[in-house]
Amino acid sequence: MRSDALTKIYDGKTVVDHISFEIPKGKVVSFIGPNGAGKSTVIGMLSRLIARDGGTAEFEGKDVAKWKSGELAKRLAILTQTNNIQMKLTVWELVAFGRFPYSGSHLTERDNQAVRQAIEYMELTDLTDSFIDELSGGQRQRAYIAMVIAQDTEYVLLDEPTNNLDIYHASNMMKIIRRLCDELGKTVILVLHEINYAAFYSDVICAFVDGKIAAFGSVKEVMNPTTLSAIYGVDFEMIEVNGKPLSIYY
Amino acid sequence: MGIIKERKITVILAGTLTLLSVFSLFVGVIDLRGGAAAAGGLGRLDVLLISRLPRLLAILCTGVGMSVAGLIMQQLCMNKFVSPTTGATLSSAQLGILLALLFMPRSTLWSRAAFAFASALTGTWLFIWFIQRIKFKDTVMVPLVGMMFGNVIGGVTSLLAYRYEMTQALSTWLVGHFALVIRGRYEIVYLVLPLIVIAFIFANHFNIVGMGKTFSKNLGVNYGVVLFGGLTIAAAITASIVVVVGSVSYIGLIVPNIVSMFKGDKIRGSLIDAALSGAIFVLVCDLIGRVVIAPYELPIELIIGILGSVLFVAILIRRLSHGRKHISLGRVKASRAIGGIQ
Repeated sequence: MRSDALTKIYDGKTVVDHISFEIPKGKVVSFIGPNGAGKSTVIGMLSRLIARDGGTAEFEGKDVAKWKSGELAKRLAILTQTNNIQMKLTVWELVAFGRFPYSGSHLTERDNQAVRQAIEYMELTDLTDSFIDELSGGQRQRAYIAMVIAQDTEYVLLDEPTNNLDIYHASNMMKIIRRLCDELGKTVILVLHEINYAAFYSDVICAFVDGKIAAFGSVKEVMNPTTLSAIYGVDFEMIEVNGKPLSIYY
Repeated sequence: MGIIKERKITVILAGTLTLLSVFSLFVGVIDLRGGAAAAGGLGRLDVLLISRLPRLLAILCTGVGMSVAGLIMQQLCMNKFVSPTTGATLSSAQLGILLALLFMPRSTLWSRAAFAFASALTGTWLFIWFIQRIKFKDTVMVPLVGMMFGNVIGGVTSLLAYRYEMTQALSTWLVGHFALVIRGRYEIVYLVLPLIVIAFIFANHFNIVGMGKTFSKNLGVNYGVVLFGGLTIAAAITASIVVVVGSVSYIGLIVPNIVSMFKGDKIRGSLIDAALSGAIFVLVCDLIGRVVIAPYELPIELIIGILGSVLFVAILIRRLSHGRKHISLGRVKASRAIGGIQ
């Protein structure tokens, strides 16, 4: 997946300004940066949710806009933070929608198996017949991830998956994301606000400031006091935990 | 376990509907039971085939159609208070009928239905376009705007009818009733049946679109096309009912709400139950209307209006206290879960 001079303009204001990068396959890639830096817009354009105003976004060598939407749905899944769905669906019914790109409304035995495995993988088996509006925030988030797993795509894009989750559920979510990459071999691209989650759980970090890329590289390359101060405008101190650089700011 | 329980409700509903249907055939001025002689030279079989059976079938189609149309609209708009009544579909269909009467005085039932359909679709689309533009924070605002919009259209209809002295002709379509349903005058309501089959086939599409633009795109479903298609089906169902029996409100609002409380929002799972419940509701209201002042009868819209408004207020209170609490406590609940459950 790569982009070249990707640009988005809202009301005359350039939100994403000629961004070019190539996302390495099979890695967890975190987008970080202050509010309004354009992270979510970039993820939206990469996943054909948002129309772009310039440049290209290519997936497997083909422009995302030229992909058939149904075909792309089998290769790339996107989960945004607007999941305040007030629909009374059971966990099974929600996760089964992940098979829609493959079988439409007629689920085969293979689809059912994929749904069952996804639910099992997210440890929701006991809640299979529960309605999602009766679950806790963390459980609901896991149900959505289970749907993405059932969708069985090589790429998974997540827009602020830890938003609104407390520390316990957020760190669990990050562990799940790590497993999606390590165990299921997926490429995960996510927008994160907590830079230490990005430092601890991802392979590559891409930092945005004012719609431009401020830093792109391995965790070690990006996570240093000088770069972070330039991005966020506050002072940082670094410590090392389990061989990962973590930042302290106040 | 769950599946058996689900089917049980459907079987009970179907059984109740069958019993009520048979019963309703024998309610009327002319006694259809053996022994008593039929009046006016009409055979008992004639009464049954010309009047009673068409009336029953029209009632069933109306109940089934209106509740399915409401179900589709509620799902597509992500709002439990949107229905043909609160989404301006019904009043637009009436305006369409008036326009047909004005411009084509000799219009047939079919051409009136076509006018009603075109008008219902336009009205519903304007409403949807409007609420999507404005993005209301409060779910109650959507049906309120719909009712206001519907009343504006109703006002235009009344004004036009008054100007061209059509008020009396129009009243047939303003207040729903089954008294004039006889053989040869109602068959258009059968259109409801194929439309419901189509709705059932695309039920999952409607569900996915109901979960939002992003959700639909992620699964490769074309949001705009499905939204348009679903609303077209709802408008067509409404139009074919309004042109035969007139306006029948509330069913599309109440029945899907009650069914979803028990069966959830997966349309495939709730469509048949919603259809059966809608038919039962209309049939019961019609029976009440036929029995209370027998041998005369009250228009069904009156009975539905009374029962419906009470039920509507009950649902409104329940949904709002439940829904609001749910939204505001969402985060509190999540954080409490760590201490409590985990």
